[in-house]
Amino acid sequence: MESVAQLLEKIPKYDALPETISALMPILASSVILFAMLALAVLFMVWLERKVSAHIQDRLGPMVVGGWHGWAQTIADALKLLLKEDIVPASVDRVLFKMAPFIVFLGAFAAYVVLPFGSSSFVTDLNIGILYIVAVSSLSVIGIIMAGWSSNNKYSLYGSMRAAAQIVSYEIPAAVAIMTVVLFTGSLSMVDIVRAQTGGIQNWFLFRNPFLFLAFVVYFIASLAEVNRTPFDLPEAESELVAGYHTEYSGMRFAFFFLAEYANMFLVASVATTLFLGGWTQAVPASIMPQIVPGPVVFFVKALILIFIQMWMRWSLPRLRVDQLMYINWKVLLPVSFALVLGAGWMATL
Amino acid sequence: MLPEFSGVLLFFVIGLIFLWFVLVLSRLIQPKGLMGSDKYIPYECGEIPEGQAWIRFNIRFYVLALIFIIFDVEIVFLLPWAVVFKQLGTFAYIEGVIFIAILVVGLAYVWKKGDLEWVKSDDLDAMKS
Repeated sequence: MESVAQLLEKIPKYDALPETISALMPILASSVILFAMLALAVLFMVWLERKVSAHIQDRLGPMVVGGWHGWAQTIADALKLLLKEDIVPASVDRVLFKMAPFIVFLGAFAAYVVLPFGSSSFVTDLNIGILYIVAVSSLSVIGIIMAGWSSNNKYSLYGSMRAAAQIVSYEIPAAVAIMTVVLFTGSLSMVDIVRAQTGGIQNWFLFRNPFLFLAFVVYFIASLAEVNRTPFDLPEAESELVAGYHTEYSGMRFAFFFLAEYANMFLVASVATTLFLGGWTQAVPASIMPQIVPGPVVFFVKALILIFIQMWMRWSLPRLRVDQLMYINWKVLLPVSFALVLGAGWMATL
Repeated sequence: MLPEFSGVLLFFVIGLIFLWFVLVLSRLIQPKGLMGSDKYIPYECGEIPEGQAWIRFNIRFYVLALIFIIFDVEIVFLLPWAVVFKQLGTFAYIEGVIFIAILVVGLAYVWKKGDLEWVKSDDLDAMKS
């Protein structure tokens, strides 16, 4: 953001602009950059998922479009969706039906505003950063219920009710696991949380003490459920619910749900990276090795490793039953996460 | 100086503009109303849908939402505690233990009442008979 501001200074007559506009310009510019970057990241992740799944199942996956290992396949798919007719079934609640993709998408993307990709590459640094992420990302539940209810389709309704129950349930262990980190930093700002972990791999919260390590495991499991990934993909369970809450959507509106799903995946991986894996900081401290690799690259590598693990689990584990899903959340993760907060608090008072 | 959340608001607006732009672009180039009107019927595996989908659904989702609200409010209360935790030390820790203990009693009650079970025991009895 600071570097963006410096670039903007070079525009001729930039100083002559009114103060409110010149204060907004860096935010505007960095938001547009972030949007473009996210669109690229989602295209890459969709391609990666298809490749990873193919190789796990001993297939090749897309190989034709674009030449090298079908790299342009997702671009072709996006263009195809753009050219598809946007079907709105006759019996839907039209207002809610059209609003739902917007809310789901914004709920996923708005959280990115506080993610620190590097020591100065973030849009804003709110002092309630992580609370803002938890709050905004649960906005998408409203969109999911709207999509499911307004579609007037039984599969959509079941899918959305399951999704809502699952997402709100798993939000609690995830938030409690986040709290264990806050106990050590004394700040909710994402930048402060990363700054508290500088100085090499032993300072990352993942390796700081056993309670935080377990908190990472709890967060990772709960975040899989929050983004509806296998083994927690009951809301979309293809073999029973067709496509869950977006059964009736087609064309670009479907694409928004799809984008939001991958944006959410990247979001939870980024939050885990920031909270537990030291964000943009490198594993080797600056005193031993000079920090040549730029912060955002380090951040993306860490996040992509987590995303790869998410994909790996998706293609390795079978889907849970509804009662098992509720059992894991309320009777295992919730008591464990409370115990972790008390344990981590005890460590922090020492 | 702008308020702290102006960046967030701007980000929301940019997101909305982006979505709206893509939808308009798609509307300009997509085909319209080809192949008859049957495709405007809700999908139900190729059958004509049986009745409405706006039906009453299981009360369990409601109970679950209630339990969620209780714990979510609890997290909102605990987060400020976690932020100032280091400055207050042992005293804050004991208070936190008491607060969480009260909630665990609530969790134990819900557990005992069987509201955390998805498949209720009387459902199983009904299935057997």
